[in-house]
Amino acid sequence: MKAVSKTKGKKTKSDAAEEVWNLRLYVAGQTSKSITAFTNLKKICEEHLEGQYQIEVIDLLKNPQLAKGDQIIALPTLVRKLPEPIKKIIGDLANTERVLVGLDIRSV
Amino acid sequence: MVKKNQDAVLLEKSPTGIKGLDEITKGGLPKGRPTLICGSAGCGKTLFAMEFLMRGAMDYGEPGVFMTFEETPADLAKNFISLGFDINDMMSRGLIAMDHVYIERTEIEETGEYDLEGLFIRLGSAIDSVGAKRVVLDTIEALFSGLSNAAIVRAELRRLFHWLKKRGVTAIVTGESGDKTLTRYGLEEYVADCVIFLDFRIDEQISTRRLRIIKYRGSSHGADEYPFLIDEGGLSILPITSLGLDYPVSSQRVSTGVPKLDAMFEGKGFYRNSTILISGTAGTGKTSLATTFADAACRRGERCLYFAFEESPSQIIRNMASIGMDLAPWVKKGLLRFHSVRPSLYGLEMHLLTFHKVINEFKPQVFIVDPISNLSAAGSASEVKSILTRLIDYLKMTNITTFLTDLTRYEGSLEHTSEEISSLIDTWLLVRDIELNGERNRGLYILKSRGMAHSNQIQEFLLTNKGIDLIDIYTGSGEVLTGSARAAQEAEENAADLLRRREVESKLRAQERKKNALEANIAALRAEFDVETLEVHLMAEEEQVRQAIEAKNRLDMAQLRKGKTSDPQATRSKKKAKG
Repeated sequence: MKAVSKTKGKKTKSDAAEEVWNLRLYVAGQTSKSITAFTNLKKICEEHLEGQYQIEVIDLLKNPQLAKGDQIIALPTLVRKLPEPIKKIIGDLANTERVLVGLDIRSV
Repeated sequence: MVKKNQDAVLLEKSPTGIKGLDEITKGGLPKGRPTLICGSAGCGKTLFAMEFLMRGAMDYGEPGVFMTFEETPADLAKNFISLGFDINDMMSRGLIAMDHVYIERTEIEETGEYDLEGLFIRLGSAIDSVGAKRVVLDTIEALFSGLSNAAIVRAELRRLFHWLKKRGVTAIVTGESGDKTLTRYGLEEYVADCVIFLDFRIDEQISTRRLRIIKYRGSSHGADEYPFLIDEGGLSILPITSLGLDYPVSSQRVSTGVPKLDAMFEGKGFYRNSTILISGTAGTGKTSLATTFADAACRRGERCLYFAFEESPSQIIRNMASIGMDLAPWVKKGLLRFHSVRPSLYGLEMHLLTFHKVINEFKPQVFIVDPISNLSAAGSASEVKSILTRLIDYLKMTNITTFLTDLTRYEGSLEHTSEEISSLIDTWLLVRDIELNGERNRGLYILKSRGMAHSNQIQEFLLTNKGIDLIDIYTGSGEVLTGSARAAQEAEENAADLLRRREVESKLRAQERKKNALEANIAALRAEFDVETLEVHLMAEEEQVRQAIEAKNRLDMAQLRKGKTSDPQATRSKKKAKG
């Protein structure tokens, strides 16, 4: 498990300024899809949620029992744990537009 | 050749433990391969899968994983406890693992490439957690409705089935049947080893569940539609096909319960294990004959199973008390069991299954169905015939004497069973009404009885308060008389008899008198004769005496005259007197 934490105190112009985005990315080993997904996710977060997000990468090959909790079937899956409600995005996150819709970021 | 043999060895089967299925599949589902169970909603797919898993864990030492995509484990546990499967207990004992996969399309956003490795990982981890040998995916089609990229789902499913095979688990995948395909999403394309189709049909408001093995690669299997039953014991499947004609026969005889009826069958009754049919119109005493036979069986200490389609057990017992038969003790002793059910309660196949089930439970020596004609309320004639053929074959295989009654209608020919099963019957009795002189009486005769010289007489059949009695029917003066007509005829005959007897007697007496008179006559004549004879003798004696005196006189005279005897003259006269 590797956790990337980027919570810098900088203010942004979005509404959910004070919110912390708790994101969890489920992958299975270092496949090309998981690497792509992680890269894409990081890029989007840096662009839109700079300093307000927390990404937790869970490798199910190492912790298979964790798949049950978040109802993971497809990989990679990105789960927005916070803010509520929980949202899920599957795929390598190549379509930025859809990721933003899925994460409810483009609410401005 | 050698390779072929090896293959035969390689195709191992995993017994399902579901009653009847292992017979049809000749051993169970293909071991280590996936099997597709498809069918419409409510046809019993989940139950099938669950029973396979539970029996595996309980009876065959093969733990299992149940991956449910629809119902929650809590719901499943609740549903199956009524069938005697305690899922929670099995889970706590580490024999069953459950995983609920929940996919909600609205919660998921798809962005780009993905695979279903998560599912594989979950399944793998569940398999490892209990060391599973059996896996159920119920129903994996939910993936199609949960995920929009069907191409990925299809590719992943193909991979999943490969993966399952590689893991060596025997898997059941369920799928809802589609409009024209076996499953809505064409799962049969992926699961190529064994496909079982469950059907739930309603014909004339009667539902029947049926099972069919559509394919079973590398194994022979029964190809018919087999009816199955879901009850508190789980699933039971019934091999529908006839069992063949190689059943054992018995030359032992069993009493009919009516001594005079036994007499019609060479004095010994029916053959054991034979099939007996009583047909007749309403109210001819078929049930009475059947219960008498049951009573006789119980008296011999045999077990008797009585399927009543028309009356409740207590009604039968009450009614039979009126002909002096007490069945209650047999029921109490456990020798006699009634099974009363309305024929229209469920379909024919279900009836047959119930027959099988109850027979297997109770193991009777005598089996009675009263009446079989009511089964036609639950299906068409050909279906009834097929059911009865299978039932009779089964009963013969299991050495059970079968006694069926059949209600024939008035308008039809009597010698025509409503179910056209006469060819299956070994002994066929017919009871019929004989309507004559404003009376309705019962006549009984034997239509056929295979393998014995039976009586050809029509007997009058009486229900008395001491049971059934048979009386030789009156067949004099060219007509058949029964009841009071017979009694009247008999009385008339008796009177005529008496009259004739009297006449003869008086004639005899007259002759006797004549004889006496004759003898008296003879005696008189003889007496007369005797008197005459006596007189003649006396005369003769007198004559002798007279001659002797005469001779003496002559001698005296001669002596007086000459003083000399003349001997020769004297001798001659003596002879003359004697002659």
